[in-house]
Amino acid sequence: MAFCGLFWAGQATADPLKVAFVYISPIGDAGWTYQHELGRKAIEREFGDKIETKYIENVAEGPDSERVIRKLASSGYDLIFGTSFGYMNPMLKVAKRFPKVVFEHATGYKTAKNMGNFSPRFYQGRYLSGVAAASKSKKNVIGYLAAFPIPEVIRGINAFTLGAQSINPKIKVKVVWTNSWFDPGKEAEAASSLIAQGADVVTHHTDSVAAVKTANDKGVYAIGYHSNMFKHGEKAQIGAVIHKWDKFYAKKIRQVLDGTWKSSSAWEGINEGMVDFVVTSNLDEKIASKIKDLRSDIVSGNFHPFTGPIHNQKGSKVIGAGEQLDDKDLLSMDYFVKGVEGKVGK
Amino acid sequence: MELFIVILYATIQACIPLLLAGLGELVCEKSGVLNLGIEGMMLMGAVTAFVVAVESDSLFLGFVMAIFAGTLMSACFAFLTLVLRANQVASGLALSIFGVGLSAFIGLEYVGKPLQGLENFFISYLSEIPLIGRVLFQHDIIVYLSFGLFFAVHRFLYHSRLGLVVRATGENHDAAHMMGYSVIKIRVLAVLFGGMMAGLAGAYLTLVYTPLWSENMTAGRGWIALALVVFAAWRPFRLLVGALLFGFVSITQLFLQSNQGFLSAVPTELFTSLPYLTTIVVLVVISVAQRRKNLSVPSNLGQVFEPR
Repeated sequence: MAFCGLFWAGQATADPLKVAFVYISPIGDAGWTYQHELGRKAIEREFGDKIETKYIENVAEGPDSERVIRKLASSGYDLIFGTSFGYMNPMLKVAKRFPKVVFEHATGYKTAKNMGNFSPRFYQGRYLSGVAAASKSKKNVIGYLAAFPIPEVIRGINAFTLGAQSINPKIKVKVVWTNSWFDPGKEAEAASSLIAQGADVVTHHTDSVAAVKTANDKGVYAIGYHSNMFKHGEKAQIGAVIHKWDKFYAKKIRQVLDGTWKSSSAWEGINEGMVDFVVTSNLDEKIASKIKDLRSDIVSGNFHPFTGPIHNQKGSKVIGAGEQLDDKDLLSMDYFVKGVEGKVGK
Repeated sequence: MELFIVILYATIQACIPLLLAGLGELVCEKSGVLNLGIEGMMLMGAVTAFVVAVESDSLFLGFVMAIFAGTLMSACFAFLTLVLRANQVASGLALSIFGVGLSAFIGLEYVGKPLQGLENFFISYLSEIPLIGRVLFQHDIIVYLSFGLFFAVHRFLYHSRLGLVVRATGENHDAAHMMGYSVIKIRVLAVLFGGMMAGLAGAYLTLVYTPLWSENMTAGRGWIALALVVFAAWRPFRLLVGALLFGFVSITQLFLQSNQGFLSAVPTELFTSLPYLTTIVVLVVISVAQRRKNLSVPSNLGQVFEPR
């Protein structure tokens, strides 16, 4: 009887679409998860009572995440976003058990009939930030602290270097691996070591604000990552490479609402509004307008950050003038371009 | 040369949390108690320091409350293992896991909040000495305090009557008991001291080293401190050397990475694992019974004391 009652209640009212988000870390006030939370809030405003959202933060990758995702799927959520690489396999497992629920997974490479994935073209923002960084460097040395030598990170370093060298070919980018996504102590040490080695601009591909903060304390410039980290380095931050999720989330929700959703692999950049570079300091007018032009050229497709000639670290040619790297090359990138000092940790 | 000074300077700062937590654990283990909960106590110290400093705007109060939080955590441990006579290894591990979770919970609202960290304090005259002044006398006040604590602990253990009693308790608790010393009381005090030091070490991370809070911010430094005590074969001076060595290795590898010298051919992961490798070697050596004496392992380390 009770079951029947519930069933009828469900049929009678127009059910809002139930959307859930699974976050890897606490939301905080800057960083990867924070950006996703901004996206969730934006779609809540946009869709109003047509959707109902929920988030679960601080979910560890592995068995924990499988339990959480399964719970969400079995308690009536229609669309579930998983925002960390390590949720891929757990999500896939749950997706097979719940064929009617739609799953979207960030930064992975596996899909299923009811599970799509999405990833940002960070390298576009990185290229622009490289241009800005090079314009502020007097010693021609820029420090880059990075977590792990995976293609996504290497791609960012290369794009940054190419951007920097486009306005100053003498720029060297020194890379230090922290071997951890998140260790503020080590990130601060690494940033200090780069500054001591002459870097007067520092950027990072790690999760904490420690690099920007350290740069601020030591009186050099910094490029933030994930979020605008201005309040952690008011003197230091030139700009930040950020990611935004509202447009992508809205698109997927619309597709699910009108029944047109299909599993896909989305790799979106500045054009689609998933990535951007925000300038937060006073740049030279010429540089500022160059960045603006480059940005609109990237959006219109007239410019690709990985346009030749590109040489690798040892100086041998990767592609010639005018050629471009395609997505397949980018996704498997495992070498540094000329001008990067450091090793791809192999 | 300039680079070398910078490396040495950074080494000293990197070794401070390890030295502080290690000294606390050393005294604790000298009295015969093995407390594996350093990581948890450090995290509680770290989060308490940060929350208090942000809310009260006073770094000093942050340090004080961090020490208090560390002590409170170790008091739980002392109650379990010394009064209720629970297993020390299991209780210590539980304390670590508890600290990780509780600190994350307490700090949830404070992740990523900005805080102005402790300023450096240049010791006048001394800081102007070329080279040595730059490396030794241009730090924050906690660095000087840590070295003061190091000498104090060394003096306490080897040049004071009470220190002798502490060591005796760790070597042979039955004998100490026969002599009329209260084994439990001495051990409780030693454990509390360990908690204080771990709390201070945690506060150093969130108030000085990287003035911000984020979950699991110690990133394993508590375990390294524990390993260092073994590495040091329970001697304060070697502990200092070990902490400096570890700081040096972890800083130097960052400098080596982006340089093209011959050492840059060594994978960075190897440097990172060095202290753990050394600890394993030391553990193997001391597990050979004859060597135990030479290495001065407290004979009753980790054993439950039951007065007869």
